[in-house]
Amino acid sequence: MLGIPLPAILGQLTLGLVNGSFYALLSLGLAVIFGLLGIVNFAHGAFYMLGAFAAYIGLQAFGVNYWFALLLAPAAVGLIGVVIERLFLRRLYSQDPLYGLLLTFGVALIAEGIMRNQFGSSGKSYPVPELLRGVLHLGFMVLPIYRAWVVLASLSVCGVTWFLIERTRLGATLRAATENARLVQAFGINVPLLVTLTYGAGVALAALAGVLAAPVVQVSPLMGSSLVIVVFAVVVIGGMGSIIGAILSGVGLGLIEGLTKVIYPEASNIVVFVIMALVLIWRPAGLFGKE
Amino acid sequence: MKNASAAVALCSILTVFACQAGAAGGQVVIGDIDDLSGVYADTGGQGSIEAANMAIADFGGTVLGKKIVLLSADHQNKPDIGASKFREWADQNGLNLLLGGSNTGVNIAMAKVAAAKKVPFIVIGAGGASLTGADCTAYSVHYAYDTTALANGTASVIVKSGGKSWYFITADYAFGTQLQDAATRVVTANGGKVLGAVRAPLGTTDYSSFLLQAQASGAQVLGLANAGTDFSNSLKAAAEFGITKTMQPAALLAFISDIHSLTLPTAQGLYLTTAWYWDLNAETREFGKRFFAKMKREPTMDHAAYYSATLQYLKAVQAAGSTDPDKVMAELKKTRINDLFTKNGYIRADGLMVHDMYVMQVKTPAESKYPWDYYKLIKVMTGEEADGAQPDPTCPLIKK
Repeated sequence: MLGIPLPAILGQLTLGLVNGSFYALLSLGLAVIFGLLGIVNFAHGAFYMLGAFAAYIGLQAFGVNYWFALLLAPAAVGLIGVVIERLFLRRLYSQDPLYGLLLTFGVALIAEGIMRNQFGSSGKSYPVPELLRGVLHLGFMVLPIYRAWVVLASLSVCGVTWFLIERTRLGATLRAATENARLVQAFGINVPLLVTLTYGAGVALAALAGVLAAPVVQVSPLMGSSLVIVVFAVVVIGGMGSIIGAILSGVGLGLIEGLTKVIYPEASNIVVFVIMALVLIWRPAGLFGKE
Repeated sequence: MKNASAAVALCSILTVFACQAGAAGGQVVIGDIDDLSGVYADTGGQGSIEAANMAIADFGGTVLGKKIVLLSADHQNKPDIGASKFREWADQNGLNLLLGGSNTGVNIAMAKVAAAKKVPFIVIGAGGASLTGADCTAYSVHYAYDTTALANGTASVIVKSGGKSWYFITADYAFGTQLQDAATRVVTANGGKVLGAVRAPLGTTDYSSFLLQAQASGAQVLGLANAGTDFSNSLKAAAEFGITKTMQPAALLAFISDIHSLTLPTAQGLYLTTAWYWDLNAETREFGKRFFAKMKREPTMDHAAYYSATLQYLKAVQAAGSTDPDKVMAELKKTRINDLFTKNGYIRADGLMVHDMYVMQVKTPAESKYPWDYYKLIKVMTGEEADGAQPDPTCPLIKK
């Protein structure tokens, strides 16, 4: 294919799948928050970064290992999200969405600034957990076991989240609350609490992606800002607020980006945006969005 | 009154851009434009401002009876921001000297301003050799290191020890491509060959695809022509994919801050070239100790160079008895540089500061005896070995 040997293509597709899983997990959180709260959460990259740092700090200061960090870091960062929602975001629901965007962008800048001040811009190293060290020999490439784990973990979390929102009573209530909050409240359901917890959960998903990424990339204050723009593009392509759209376009774009890295590497950081432009011309609401 | 409060408001918005300046004439104004918040902020950044302030304090705080003032700004790795800030300081703040931080692209843009405004410009954090070649000016000095010296250090040591075939992962901008070109020249001149290269966008976080391509090439050496977090992320992924077992990684530019954040288990055995190391001798250790007391980390070569460049400029002003740019440049170019940064350094006609460079190897965790004990010295290169004794003929200032 295009003069590139098949093993190379397969290798790049596998790596694309790994990156696609990250995109899927991150865009999932964004889609949940936008779909249910109507907030364009620009702090998503910062929460991803805070998740990775929470794992790092947990390990260095308290000896919390990777497996506990997978639970504790999202919980801790999710709590920060809850506080932000209660104190600030809550006041903006009745305003233009632009206000929410500006607020979360400000939160992201503050979080990055604080971490840069504390840890410097070159970041910190987080070790790969003992159990997941080593590589798998796939024939066409060697794949570190940890990367395979990332695919498995993020796709499972994506599946569970999709199921919760689209197929359970809790999810039905959530969706109803976004359609008509007053009516749902009349049924005796505490809608403001539901909204707070949803934001917390979306933030926790970002933090979880951060913990998963910590052993793979340098844990640095800017790790989120380089990713969040791509993830926004993924969400726009999938259709703002569409859960399944976020997951499928996340994985799909990871694969396309992987191929771009062999065919024309210089374009690998813009290919997602080119696709976004094309999709918006053809389907302004995104691939899975409702017109 | 209204105007005054507007000015205060503007100043508070621009606090990062240090608003203390303004009164030209009664002051000697030194500016620093660097990456203060991005991927290169640890190699220079706040530490460089601190180092320049240390030099000003050591000099006594005044020169020719005038107070010395230091301004700083964040160029955010954008050439237009760097150049316009430089122009603004030159026009409005009576800027006498600009210290250039990291990013070759930004520094090339600022060199053009230096030539137009006739302001001495000492580049420290950027590596591109074109700053004393095609982009040289009569007011530029390239102080700490350049891509030619880096390649002559690391690449030649590796080629001569048997690493004949190379594959490059290159940061896709001026610095990366100049570094790759310089290393390619060294590799081929020593009988090696380059099997391929891939240009990764600046700020790429996932290098696994590029590493797979490098591995498929069958080359012995993985040349990393990048810096900062790009370097850390590419080396980290290479270790994860087991590529460091089959290929020898070569760090064409690594700072001690990078090694510190990567930690020795990942970085051990790596060859790199540096202009300065805190643990070279009593003088460097003394500076390291003073810097550590303030910044809680050991200085990089850029930090030491900021100290040295600031001090040498002030000495030149004193010796010339004036801040006139032409007189100060003439003084700088005729004086030998002897301080904690280097011994017997001198500024070549094209603006390059020729001085010793050190090829280092990163210690193993077992070899490292105390905090920040990271390098063992492999080879000292004289300035002429590192950069050649002759000025770069592509520099328009050099008469052919």
